[in-house]
Amino acid sequence: MFRGVLLLHRRRILLPILFVCLADGLVGVSYGASAVSSGFELWLPLSLSILVLAGASEFIFIAILSGGGSPFAGAFAGLLVNSRHLPFGVSIRQTIPDGMRGVLACHLMNDESVAFALAHKNRRLSHYAFWFCGFGILLLWPLGVLLGGLIGSSIEDPAQFGLDVMFPAVLVALTLPALKQQKLLIPASFGAAAAVIAAPFAVAGLAPLAGLLGLCVRKSGIEEKTHAE
Amino acid sequence: MLNDTYLTLAGILLLAAGTYGFRYAGPRLGKQVWLTAARQQMFSDASLLLLFSVAVLATVYESGEYAGHARLAGIVVAVILCLARAPFLAVITLAAGATALLRLLGVQ
Repeated sequence: MFRGVLLLHRRRILLPILFVCLADGLVGVSYGASAVSSGFELWLPLSLSILVLAGASEFIFIAILSGGGSPFAGAFAGLLVNSRHLPFGVSIRQTIPDGMRGVLACHLMNDESVAFALAHKNRRLSHYAFWFCGFGILLLWPLGVLLGGLIGSSIEDPAQFGLDVMFPAVLVALTLPALKQQKLLIPASFGAAAAVIAAPFAVAGLAPLAGLLGLCVRKSGIEEKTHAE
Repeated sequence: MLNDTYLTLAGILLLAAGTYGFRYAGPRLGKQVWLTAARQQMFSDASLLLLFSVAVLATVYESGEYAGHARLAGIVVAVILCLARAPFLAVITLAAGATALLRLLGVQ
């Protein structure tokens, strides 16, 4: 555990992880505050943040509820959003141990922790990055929601400080080098363009999956791309 | 009203259980024998493509509407810094800084 912290620190990943967790915590504060101020009781966003622990799907669930939709429609849309965890799990399987620790590790899977894991080829580095980011978000995301719900609407608009750019910027900064290295920039751009075009028409929660269309223009030659540890 | 609360709770539990199911199934699926190196590579590529399209969607849209020029400009800054191999924290903070500055100047 301590060795992991040291390794992450030496490779200059510890601070980025802490920063990302903190930024997520702040987003949690504004999410908790806005959920409560739009009429939901605090237990709702709080239990979502602990049990679901995947921001995008929680937002869509709450948005559908506040639009008068049924909780089951909300859950369905949220599940469409979260279906991406399936390929995530396949690609980071080496980081998920068997047994009880694996049961917890699965819950730590989210966009950020997976992006950190995929950004590093070294297996140990990728392992520790996943666990620390996952744990940090497990702690700070619900804590942020709780704080936001208690403080309520008295907090300032986080967009003023550009906080809303953090999440996409983090994902871009973590995936771009890997995409470039794996020669996936063109498929990724194609997929993202498809997702942006599809978003206004797609069923709630479906749009990100359109990014998979990029796989169609991917060169399947894996010889040079196969991971060397 | 109480009935509503139970329904909402059921929705939350359904979402939580299903999400955990996706999270649990992935690593198990990845350890199966039929998953050749090529297929595993495809799943890794798929994950990267998904994360990237999530990033782009979060850049362009805010609850179904265009999120505005300021956020888009922030991400353009992030992409440029990233391609110039700037350190991670510089990329993130300067992207947020650019967006905040633009909003301060009245760009939405």
